[in-house]
Amino acid sequence: MPPIKGLFGDRISRELFLTGIIVGYGGIAGVVVGVPLVAYLLTPLFKPSPRLWRDVGAVSQFKIGTTTEVRYSDPSALRWAGTTSRAGAWLRRDSQSGFTAYSIYCTHLGCPVHWIQSTGLFLCPCHGSAFYSTGAVAAGPAELPLVKLPVRVRGGRVQIQTKPIPVIG
Amino acid sequence: MSVISDFEQPNVTQSESRPLELPGPVGAVYNWLDDRLGIDAVIRPILVHPVPRSTNWFNVLGSATLTAFIFQVVTGVFLALVYVPAPNAAYQSLQWITDKSLFGHLIRGIHYWGASAMLLLIFAHTARVFLTGSYKYPRELNWLLGVGLLFSTILMGFTGQLLVWNQDSYWAIVVGAEQAARTPVIGPWLAQLLVAGQVVGGATLTHFFAIHVFIVPGLMFALIGGHLYLVIYQGISEWPEPSNIVDPKTYKQRYHELLEDGIPFFPDAMAKDALFALFAGVVVILLAVFFGGAPLGHKADPANYVTNPRPFWFLIWYFALLAEIPASVENIVIIGFPAVIMLWMLALPFYANKGERAPSKRPWAVGSVLIAALMTAVLCYEGYQSPWAPRFDANGNLLSVPTAVVSRLKGSQAKAGAQLFHSAGCIACHMVDNVGGIRGPALDDVFQQYSLPRFYQQVAAGGKGASYQYMPAFGTILDATKMAELAAFLKQVPRVERTVHNNALHAAKPARGPVAAGSTLTPLQRRVLNRCIAEGGAHLATCLIAGNRHP
Repeated sequence: MPPIKGLFGDRISRELFLTGIIVGYGGIAGVVVGVPLVAYLLTPLFKPSPRLWRDVGAVSQFKIGTTTEVRYSDPSALRWAGTTSRAGAWLRRDSQSGFTAYSIYCTHLGCPVHWIQSTGLFLCPCHGSAFYSTGAVAAGPAELPLVKLPVRVRGGRVQIQTKPIPVIG
Repeated sequence: MSVISDFEQPNVTQSESRPLELPGPVGAVYNWLDDRLGIDAVIRPILVHPVPRSTNWFNVLGSATLTAFIFQVVTGVFLALVYVPAPNAAYQSLQWITDKSLFGHLIRGIHYWGASAMLLLIFAHTARVFLTGSYKYPRELNWLLGVGLLFSTILMGFTGQLLVWNQDSYWAIVVGAEQAARTPVIGPWLAQLLVAGQVVGGATLTHFFAIHVFIVPGLMFALIGGHLYLVIYQGISEWPEPSNIVDPKTYKQRYHELLEDGIPFFPDAMAKDALFALFAGVVVILLAVFFGGAPLGHKADPANYVTNPRPFWFLIWYFALLAEIPASVENIVIIGFPAVIMLWMLALPFYANKGERAPSKRPWAVGSVLIAALMTAVLCYEGYQSPWAPRFDANGNLLSVPTAVVSRLKGSQAKAGAQLFHSAGCIACHMVDNVGGIRGPALDDVFQQYSLPRFYQQVAAGGKGASYQYMPAFGTILDATKMAELAAFLKQVPRVERTVHNNALHAAKPARGPVAAGSTLTPLQRRVLNRCIAEGGAHLATCLIAGNRHP
């Protein structure tokens, strides 16, 4: 094959030129399709869950010194999320106006902790971590206290600010 | 012309390479097809290519894995005809498949037991290839493709469990994401990509569905294609003899000579493959008929906490490992352990591709497989026992002290103690009369080991034993009156023959003086309690009452 003149005066072979076209065009096509695909996959990183205040009940329905299960709907849920659009937390009424809300996710690996009133402990069913009513670790393998969710009282109603799964959100 | 490499070509005997001559119209049809498909030129030589005479029943594991894969693809496609990969319908669509559709129960069963079979077979196949040194020259790249298939199969098992969309699925995603989140630097991002958001919800299930039915199977088809191509191109490895050392300079020549005395793959060697695959298939179908598919359990619901999440059986050993390792090495194990296994498997054929293949000459290889198998077995046992987990009844309520024990108690104090042993949750971790949890020791003989003050100290301040075996401090949850009731009860509990594995009582070390910071005690209460414990003796109970009353 006769060599053809290159851009900068170099002489490259026809085979090399054609190979360059195949690889180059292929590469460009790959980038043009690939960049939007990767960006599409990364959507979750750019759409953080909104953090909203959710009403969980009237102040009067919680007894002082007790810890109760409260439920609310997850603010980021898609319309087809079904039961997974539900979310929950443990709400403790410490005093007349003092409330503490604990995330249900165990700080070990995320299984749901369960408050057992008569034992005064939160227990995790997976690896058996236990937490005191203050959220402090009572038994491992967890090392960190339960995560607290912001809680406030507005017009006699208790409100919890939603939070994604603690370690990943 | 042949795709078989040149050194194998002469081994195909004359009769096998000669064009097939069939009589009459069958022959005419065959010739017509052969002219267009190249059966005699390409397909038949592949089918009848010679394999070493030493191939045996250990060589059937790979083809059985492939058979299981085909079963999975077929049943998976049929399940996908009905299954709805949306969180508000997935569980219900599986209920419909199981209960309403014709043979849906069986098809789910085959998919479930076939998955288990495929995992077992691919583990066994990997171990066989490792033990016989078949990954050595010139088959290094086929080992790498196999490693890709092994990890793809594990990923299929994990994602498949999630599609049931029950409580186990939901919490497996959360636990998986929390582990991914421990990766240095990019951890939280990885976790968010895994669950497709910051909470498990609408987008999560469709992601895992696409991974399970499109992405990973597509990858596996490609890997299997490459794997089979290399099996045919390099030939199946001969059964290793201690005297035969793999040397890249001489191996192909020797293998070529071995094939002169080879047997055709079809039908001689393939008969064993077919028989074993048939056996495995029959076992899978029988299990599917009698036990059906993966248990549906309860629908995924993050607001229903009465749940006891457990992974699919092939990950239960890892679940146990995560419960039993000390917290200080947790991050290293969660990230390092899978990474080290994967890097080792990828590096293996490059640093050890020469030398001995025979297991009898490779004690380290045999030893490491045996140790890995033993450790996995022990961890599986531990995982199913879950000795670290508090025990509850089937409804998630605290267990009760057996009536046989309660009916024999004397005095109201002991009876109150029995009630307390149940309601304060002691029974979740401690057994009496073989009922209760096994995280802590059984307590029927506690007062043969502990003095009364030592008992009060343990209950009030808790104590750390080995790894997970430590006890919460009940100092503010139970006052001294209640502790005395518990003591009165435990003194009357009859000593029983243990029917269940249990921790030794003496293994629990007493808390060293100071009550753990972070418990519910105020600093003053903690000081009082510590002083009581330090003084000890018979006054401890009175001291504790004073401490509780006057914080």
